[in-house]
Amino acid sequence: MIEIKNLHVKIAEDGTEIIKGLNLSVEAGEVAAIMGPNGSGKSTLSYVLAGKSDYEVTEGEVLYKGKNLLEMEPDERAAEGVFLAFQYPMEIPGVATMNFLKAAMNSQRKARGEAEFTTPDFIKKVKAAAGGLGISMDMLKRALNVGFSGGEKKRAEILQMALLEPTLCVLDETDSGLDIDALKIVSDGVNALRSPDRAFIVITHYQRLLEHIVPDSVHVLHEGRIIQSGDKDLALHLEENGYADVIANAA
Amino acid sequence: MNVALKHTAAEETLLAMGNSAAAIAKLQAIGLPTRRVEAWHYTDLRNLLKTVPAAASAVDAGKVEASFNTYKRLTHATRLPFMNGSYIPALADETPIGVLVSYDEAKSSDPGADDDAIGLINSIAGSNGLSLNIKDGTKFDKPIGLAQLVDDNVYCGTNHSVAIGKDAKISIIERHISADGIAGHANAITNLTVGENSEVLWAIVQEHGDSATHLGQLNITLAQNAKLTVLALNCGGKLVRQEINVDSNGEGAHLEILGVNLVGDGSHIDVTTRLSHNVPHTTANETFRNVVTGNGKGVFQGQIKVAQPAQKTDAQMACNTLLLSDDADFSAKPELEIFADDVICAHGATVTDIDEDHLFYLRARGIPETDARALLVKAFVDEIFDDLEDETFKDALVGLINEWLDNNG
Repeated sequence: MIEIKNLHVKIAEDGTEIIKGLNLSVEAGEVAAIMGPNGSGKSTLSYVLAGKSDYEVTEGEVLYKGKNLLEMEPDERAAEGVFLAFQYPMEIPGVATMNFLKAAMNSQRKARGEAEFTTPDFIKKVKAAAGGLGISMDMLKRALNVGFSGGEKKRAEILQMALLEPTLCVLDETDSGLDIDALKIVSDGVNALRSPDRAFIVITHYQRLLEHIVPDSVHVLHEGRIIQSGDKDLALHLEENGYADVIANAA
Repeated sequence: MNVALKHTAAEETLLAMGNSAAAIAKLQAIGLPTRRVEAWHYTDLRNLLKTVPAAASAVDAGKVEASFNTYKRLTHATRLPFMNGSYIPALADETPIGVLVSYDEAKSSDPGADDDAIGLINSIAGSNGLSLNIKDGTKFDKPIGLAQLVDDNVYCGTNHSVAIGKDAKISIIERHISADGIAGHANAITNLTVGENSEVLWAIVQEHGDSATHLGQLNITLAQNAKLTVLALNCGGKLVRQEINVDSNGEGAHLEILGVNLVGDGSHIDVTTRLSHNVPHTTANETFRNVVTGNGKGVFQGQIKVAQPAQKTDAQMACNTLLLSDDADFSAKPELEIFADDVICAHGATVTDIDEDHLFYLRARGIPETDARALLVKAFVDEIFDDLEDETFKDALVGLINEWLDNNG
């Protein structure tokens, strides 16, 4: 599904190198967890995959379904099926959530040459998806993420993911700021979307999320590189021993 | 040494129109204001006002209805129409019981203070006007529409008096329309008094074409516990100045000003407000959102004056501007003059481009850049009218905004 080869990334503004030769390959149907201490480059990786312009790729490539992902605009990536669930979803005053969802869904369909949803079809789809995530129609009438609690914002991200039906889902610290109940709702939402055609990159700090979204592979990111890969037991090992010994072994 | 002022072409025309000896003497002595007059610092009227067209001779009654019909109505209002400066009673809707209307042709008005150029022009170039008396306890859901259509290169002066009694609830929409290419000059003054406990919405919808001059002035007096919302949308005109002057003279009076200025290429739009809190316990909340494109120039001057007895005044003012091009220009001047010691007054002005993080979020969901920008600009201004009760009117305003953004964005 996605192949990241020798990726080097710096911050465009000040030239600080964050990703320093990252290699990662994720297959369709796979859930890959990326764990790492603060500052290891986890969020940068997610932004680079989504196409944020604050970062500059200096070396390496990213192939997504065989295509050069880095050459695409952010909206083209989305239409091709890339979805980033933001760590801090933006509050956008004045844009009603429903209008935003409709614009996003229909823009993607248009870009793929598919017919746009009619309003009744769209509403039916949203209602069905929102119910399972405990999102009320009242909430969807409000401005996008404005005044939403931390948990509501994350649920809204998962709702968008469910409606946009991406093939590569990048979840950036989706567990941050969630209490245990919200974590369960969000994880159930993600698990419901797991399918043989869809890959997930789950970026997290803690093992906690991975108890709910059980990964197929776990990768440790440190100083901009993957220093160790393993199965779900690697996450348990990190939880017990911290990152220190993995980092020491890699050094 | 006293050198006589050399008058500009516009001043000469105005002097020749001269309806009031006092106004003629004043214009002769001081001329139209330049940027050296503080109230006109960002709108150098003497320089910007090149000509003043002659007043309309007679309105062609046969054309009036057809001309009005080219414009979609904004909501279901009781319409009191003006065309080229004259009232058209034949097209007026029947006013509801409780609303008394009388029409004065060639109203004489006082030239006003030295920096009141709009009052001076109205006085010297002349005006017609309606007197609206709204009786105590009159309550209507259906607004009254004061529409002024300009369909020729003419001067149109209006000077309305609107007196709203006690315990009334009413909306009045003042609308100014003309087509692109019509170089009309509208000078529109309204003196409004809002009685005790009354709840009033006053909307100014200025949608002139690209060649029009519009000088508007709304002078307001609020009585005890009066609640007034002034809604101002400017989405047209070549040279526009809208003044809003408010005297809060009764305790418990509340004023809300919500404004949107859409300033396109070749347009100069100035909104100047003066809120005078003269007694204790009055509140005001003023918010403007501005979008400037092309080489448009926008101006906001917001003055809040709190007199010494006006303790416990709470006045908030915000002016936020989006500049959509490198040549777009906006000047914001908040001004506080406070003589009381126990008041809350705040003002803030921002001038920004579209938030890149918001843009990225929308694009990351598949919305192409141009669509995402348009969505964010619309959101920035539409929000102002969110709480408007009249849904038809709200939709019409949002429609005007969208149309403007589609043509200018």
